[in-house]
Amino acid sequence: MYTDPRVVDFVTRHFVPVRVHVKHNREAFSKLGDRFDAHWTPAILLIDSGGTERHRIEGFLPADDFLSQLSLGVAKAAFDRKDYAAAERLYREVLDQYPKTDAAPEAQYWTGVSRYRATNDAGALKETAKAFDDRYGESTWAKKASVWK
Amino acid sequence: MPHEIAWSNDFDTALSSAGDKLVLLDFNAAPM
Repeated sequence: MYTDPRVVDFVTRHFVPVRVHVKHNREAFSKLGDRFDAHWTPAILLIDSGGTERHRIEGFLPADDFLSQLSLGVAKAAFDRKDYAAAERLYREVLDQYPKTDAAPEAQYWTGVSRYRATNDAGALKETAKAFDDRYGESTWAKKASVWK
Repeated sequence: MPHEIAWSNDFDTALSSAGDKLVLLDFNAAPM
């Protein structure tokens, strides 16, 4: 996953990267694995400076899917710190840049939620629900958005 | 553009220096 130049660039720009190898860093793996309940590899956790986990990726993913998940994590972190305008922009980037990945329908859902949070306009939720009629209609996220119609 | 990721293995230092960035903590078992 980390050999793709796009992944190297994205990780370098957005994260402080820490690698704990289960065999070569046994003590650290035991300590941090227990702290974050990580008991399988590969497991990639995105953690904010307060030590709170914001997103987790478990198992290998091809580069596009991995990048989409990393981007989703960055968007989630913005949402969690209540920067809803930034969250909407970041979720929309996931949707625009990785439309064929599993992250896309999730990003579409949260784009609408972020817009609603930023504007308090329930129309944002209704528009999002309608957008699932055009794409990702079979996804779990379409089901979740269906109550907004 | 860097050709490879500059991994640290010191989580606590990474966390304290993260600021606005997120720490990417990679638990890995791949051959090194």
